[in-house]
Amino acid sequence: MDLKDLYRDVILDHNRNPRNFGRLEPADAHADGHNPLCGDRLTVSLRMKGDLIEDVRFDGKGCAISTASASMMTEAVKGKSKRAVAELFGKVHSALTQQDAAVEPGLGKLAALSGVREFPARVKCATLCWHTLNAALERGTATVSTE
Amino acid sequence: MAATPSPARPMTPATPFDAERVRRDFPILERSINGRPLVYLDSAASSQRPLPVLRAVEAYETHSHANVHRGVHALSQAATEAFEGARERVRQFINARSTREIIFVRGTTEAINLVAQAYARPRFKPGDEILITGLEHHANIVPWQMVCEQTGCTLKVAPIDQRGELILDEFLRLLSPRTALVAIAHVSNALGTMLPVKRIIDSAHAVGAVVLVDGAQAIPHTPIDVRALGCDFYAFSGHKLYGPTGIGVLYGREQLLAAMPPWQGGGDMILTVSFEKTTYNDLPWKFEAGTPNISGAVGLAAAMDYLEGLGLTAIGAHEQKLLGLATAQLERIPGLKFVGTAAHKAAVISFTMEGIHPHDLGTILDHEGVAIRTGHHCAMPVMTFFGIPATARASFGCYNTEKDVAALVSALGKAREVFG
Repeated sequence: MDLKDLYRDVILDHNRNPRNFGRLEPADAHADGHNPLCGDRLTVSLRMKGDLIEDVRFDGKGCAISTASASMMTEAVKGKSKRAVAELFGKVHSALTQQDAAVEPGLGKLAALSGVREFPARVKCATLCWHTLNAALERGTATVSTE
Repeated sequence: MAATPSPARPMTPATPFDAERVRRDFPILERSINGRPLVYLDSAASSQRPLPVLRAVEAYETHSHANVHRGVHALSQAATEAFEGARERVRQFINARSTREIIFVRGTTEAINLVAQAYARPRFKPGDEILITGLEHHANIVPWQMVCEQTGCTLKVAPIDQRGELILDEFLRLLSPRTALVAIAHVSNALGTMLPVKRIIDSAHAVGAVVLVDGAQAIPHTPIDVRALGCDFYAFSGHKLYGPTGIGVLYGREQLLAAMPPWQGGGDMILTVSFEKTTYNDLPWKFEAGTPNISGAVGLAAAMDYLEGLGLTAIGAHEQKLLGLATAQLERIPGLKFVGTAAHKAAVISFTMEGIHPHDLGTILDHEGVAIRTGHHCAMPVMTFFGIPATARASFGCYNTEKDVAALVSALGKAREVFG
C-alpha cells in the first residue's frame, strides 16, 4: 500500500485545479451531496439537451479525493446520456471497491481513482459526487447523503 | 450504600513521571500500523486501556460475574460488591459527598440526556433559558435543543473569540434570573480550551441557575473535585479516562437527584411494583433501570486506581510539556494554522494545513502509523465559527512521549511531500 497509489499526480492536479468548478445558472437540475462523517458537501448542477448532459459543474469543499473525483467525473460525463453515465458509474464503483478485480477498460483518467480501494475509509469521498450526480439526473433537485 | 465523606486524597507521585514506563502498561502501543510503530495521538476521542484495567475486567468476568442486586447466591453478591465498590471508587475519585450522588450511565452523552429529560424537562417553562457556550460538543447542545422543543424554553449560546476562548463578559451578560440551567464543557473537545468553570459556576449560582459541567475532556488531565467546583452535575465517560467504553458517570447533588423523577423505568430502579402503584428505588439506583454495565464499572474503578497511582497532577504536567513542545514544533511548519490558541488548553492541538484537507492529512498520517482525529469533532458550530469544514486534531495522553511529537512532525512533512 503506497500513498502514491492513492495520491496520483492526476488526482493532485485535479484537486489543485478542479475542472468545471462552480454552479451552472440557470441549471436544469441540481443536487446537494453530503458526507455526514466528515461534513463535506458538494453541489452538482446540470444542463440537459434531451437525454444528454450538455454541461455539468460541481461546487463545494472537500478532500483531495472528493474534489478530484468530482472534477474528473464532470469531464467524463459531459455529452453522455443517462444510460452511459450509469454504465460508467458501475465501472468506477467496481474500480473503487473491488480489491482483486482488474480495472475495467474505458475509464480513462478515472482509473487513477482505483488506488482508493486500498483505503476503504476513503471510498465514500470518491463516490459522493457520483451519488449526487445520479440524484440530479433522477430527481431534478435533491439532497443525498453517503450514509 | 452511602459512604462517609472524606477529603480529596493527595495525588503527589512518589517518583518523577516516566512515560516510557507508563507505555509498557498499554499493550496496544506495541502494535504496528501499516508496518510502522503505532503513534497514538487520538486519546481525546478514546484513550487506550492499561493492563490493570484489562485484568480487572477479565478477573471480574472470569470469577465474579452474575447479576447485581438480585440474588442471594455467592456470585450475585460478589458482582454486587464489585459494582458498588466501583461506585465508591468513583465517589472518592471526584470527591463527591455520597455514593447516592454517583449514577452509572453509558457515557457523557447519556448523563447529559438524563439531566435534560429528568431535571430540565419536567421543570422548565417558556421564558426559562438554558445557557451553553459556542464551544460545546453536540452532546451538550442537542439534548438541550430537545428540551427547548419539549418545554418551550429558550437556548442561549455564549460566544467564543478567535482564540477559541469563551468571551466571559458576554457569558455573564447572558446570565440572568431567567437562566434556569447552565451547561458547559470543562474542556473543549475540538480545541482543547479549558473553561473557567469555577468562575462560571459561581456566577451562575448567583442568579439561581443550576450548572452541569461536561467533564469528558477534563477528567483525564486534571484532578476533579466536584465539591470544590461546586457544580450541580458533572458528567464524564470511562473510555476517555483509560477505562472501558459503555460506562460513564453522572454526578449530581443529592438534593437535586432526589427531587428528580426517574428517567427510564424497569428492573432495579423500583422498590415495589404492582399494577396500581410502583414505588421507586432510592438513589442512586432510581436512575439505573435494567442490568448495568458491571464489568465496565469494574474497569473504570481500576482505571481510577491506575491514574491515581500515576498522579493526575503529574499526568497533566507531563501532557502540558508535550503540548508546549508540539506547539513549538508545529508552529514552524509552513502553512500550518492552529485552530484554537487559548491561553489555557488541555493537551489537544487542532490545526489545518494549507492546501491539504484534514482527511487527506488523516490518511497520510495513518499511513505513517500516526493516529489522529480528523473531521468536525462533533462540534460543527465550532467549525462554522472558524469557517472551516474540519480540522486535524492531535491529542496527548499519559503514554505519549517526545518521540510521538517527533513522529507527528515527520508525518506532517510527509504529507507536504505528497501534496507538494
